[in-house]
Amino acid sequence: MTHATLPETDSPAPEHHGQAHPIRLYLLCWGLLFVLSAASYAVDYAQLQGPLRWTLILVFMGLKAGLILAVFMHMAWERLALSLAILLPPLAALVFMGIMLVESGYTLQSRVDHFATE
Amino acid sequence: MTDVSSMRPGGLRGLAADWASDQRSFKTASWGKAMMWIFLLSDTFVFAIFLISYMSARSSTEAEWPNASEVFSLHLGGADLPLALIAIMTFVLISSSGTMAMAVNFAYARDRRRTAALIFATAAMGALFVGMQAFEWSKLIHEGVRPWGNPFGAEQFGATFFMITGFHGTHVSFGVIFLLIVGNKVRKGEFDSGRRSWLCREKGDYEAVEIMGLYWHFVDLVWVFIFAFFYLW
Repeated sequence: MTHATLPETDSPAPEHHGQAHPIRLYLLCWGLLFVLSAASYAVDYAQLQGPLRWTLILVFMGLKAGLILAVFMHMAWERLALSLAILLPPLAALVFMGIMLVESGYTLQSRVDHFATE
Repeated sequence: MTDVSSMRPGGLRGLAADWASDQRSFKTASWGKAMMWIFLLSDTFVFAIFLISYMSARSSTEAEWPNASEVFSLHLGGADLPLALIAIMTFVLISSSGTMAMAVNFAYARDRRRTAALIFATAAMGALFVGMQAFEWSKLIHEGVRPWGNPFGAEQFGATFFMITGFHGTHVSFGVIFLLIVGNKVRKGEFDSGRRSWLCREKGDYEAVEIMGLYWHFVDLVWVFIFAFFYLW
């Protein structure tokens, strides 16, 4: 048995206590979140429109969410078994989003075709 | 205590080993932390479905969607600042996340005084956020925004706004209450007393602060998505 070296127990006690990281890391993350938030606010302030606006919003949103998840919520230091159990299921919501996007396009077309207000 | 985690395989091998071990799958996370993550996952679906229904409403209506940049502008110093209050709220919530992260750090260093102070600072910023949210709601209600209609455009705007920000605000409010409870326990030194409780397994067990932090950061995380999709899109 290869895993005989591991002291396998069913006890709920964690194997190590706590997440200890330098405070500098949190301050850096905090600062980056400020900059990214200011950047996404600037997108609105500069009145950028169209695909450029949407792309920038999504990029800044993704970076902010990633920083919060990885550093503040310590996901970067968790084992893959936990990270994937939490990060993969929301992909189902993305699929649902795709379905509803198609559906709402159909609804809009029906409204235009059959319920024109003019 | 020997560091058992270093003996475990990492990466995909570790993933397979953890899930195939016929025991608990989350080897280094306590039950408390794992269950908080599972709860947050379920909450992710709740907010995802709110945002998806908002997307459906917005992309299936013929009416013009109200311009959030104008609806949420604030008249400050003789000029209309687009999204001013929302931007301030965003910075307040991010700052509260920053203080929370540092509170977790000081908790593991068992620095009770600093931990309690940072948790209370987090709670104060959370309360400030809810206060500004309440101001925003009153302002919009005063301007005639209702769940069934509004003077700016598509009728669904009010319903999605009140639903999404209301649910988020509720999360923040409950977070503030729990922060006050945990902060007070830290201040009184309950985690150092050696008494077992539902938040503390043994003397010096400050994991409750980290678990509380997970919830708080999640509230901030959700706001990132609401800010992007509801206010900026």
